[in-house]
Amino acid sequence: MSNPITKYLPFFTDAEVPHTVSARPDTGLYSAKLGIWLFLASEVMLFGGLFSAYIFLRLGAEPGYWPAGLLNVPVGTMNTAILIVSSITVVMAWAALKMRQLGKYKLYMLVTIVCGLIFLTVKLSYEWPAKFNHFGVFIKKEEASKYEEFLGNKHLKDTGQSPRWEISGHLLDAPKGSHYAHQAEHNAEHFAHETGRHDAVTPAEDDYVIQLDAVNANPSDKENDRPHFWPVPTSTKLAVIKASDVESASVFAPRHSTYFATYFLITGLHGLHVLGGIIVFLYLWLPFRGGTQLYKTNPEHLANRVEIAGLFWHFVDLVWIFVFPIFYLL
Amino acid sequence: MSASHSHSPTPAGAAHDAHGHDQAAEAAHIAAHIGGYIKVGVGLLVLTGITVGLSYVDFGSRQMNIIVGMIVATIKAAMVAAIFMHLKGEKMTIWRFLIMTAIFVVGLFLLTLLTHSDPVSGTSYSTH
Repeated sequence: MSNPITKYLPFFTDAEVPHTVSARPDTGLYSAKLGIWLFLASEVMLFGGLFSAYIFLRLGAEPGYWPAGLLNVPVGTMNTAILIVSSITVVMAWAALKMRQLGKYKLYMLVTIVCGLIFLTVKLSYEWPAKFNHFGVFIKKEEASKYEEFLGNKHLKDTGQSPRWEISGHLLDAPKGSHYAHQAEHNAEHFAHETGRHDAVTPAEDDYVIQLDAVNANPSDKENDRPHFWPVPTSTKLAVIKASDVESASVFAPRHSTYFATYFLITGLHGLHVLGGIIVFLYLWLPFRGGTQLYKTNPEHLANRVEIAGLFWHFVDLVWIFVFPIFYLL
Repeated sequence: MSASHSHSPTPAGAAHDAHGHDQAAEAAHIAAHIGGYIKVGVGLLVLTGITVGLSYVDFGSRQMNIIVGMIVATIKAAMVAAIFMHLKGEKMTIWRFLIMTAIFVVGLFLLTLLTHSDPVSGTSYSTH
């Protein structure tokens, strides 16, 4: 065996990899078990770094600059439940293999894969796009009194709450040259169609017109002091905001705020992990030589592969257990 | 949940060879744990509901709500790690690695918190 490829890369060859099933005498573990835990340890540090960035930015945020209630809680709760169900089914898939029940294994693994796909689909086709069509402007503090009817800072001060500097909702008209002009045009058409009103577009060229979120439509209403479980529909009230009074204006994308920057970064990286897990599960579910074909020759080896992939999947679930409350709820 | 089922040195195709009885015993052992997995799963779903519900209860300050939310999340995470990931009863080799990881990740969080105690006077971070 002088060929370095067959010597060092048994993955690509038929060479026997030691301790895929039997325990190595020195560690007491089959090798992949130790390998996946070392990998997960590095993953803890990766996500740990991002979570500590979150803590850093949140603790450092000035009052009124860390938003709450901007995400869809029922949808997030549903996705959390889907991920937990997939964690149960992947354990069941592994247990089925250990009991040499191939049919049950295939069924449980299929359910796991479907759960992962639903999670990703909800995230990418609903949750993220909904944010990209939501718009907010932060008002310059010295100009905030002009917009008191949308900010409600007197009420917030009287009740001992953090001030509010942002006016958000759907953008219907953008200042000339804004790269949100196209989105505004689209929203304005939709607004006119829904309400029959055509006052959403102002002749002035340096105005933002925003169809307000409930919180800005009635900012002094106690009902709006705390986030709601069910998302409150956008009101039909409009706010006209001079571009010169605006500190920053953006859709709910990473550039909007440190909140959304960390939200998209962490949920994006988490989503990539979900995708990675799905790919591995598909490989183990389909009749590849290393997938269900392996069952015929070495069912214990396949069970161990499923256990390793499952450990990764549980870790991804575990990360989500923290991601969900810190972004959606608290 | 003993760990013996997850890494006992069962040879290839155990069910069909001389070690058949090992595999059968292991299968029976796992079968006995399936109810436990489902219970833990249902517990996690219930705790998810509790997390959401508690976030709408006013505990006096947003800070208090965060602490309560993180306690529930930590309980859930511990359930996943201990039962689904078989850490309960796992070999010491793995625990040693994880203890080191925990020390480093706590260090990382402490570094972050240090920025707010202004250890080098006048350098504390305070802007959005």
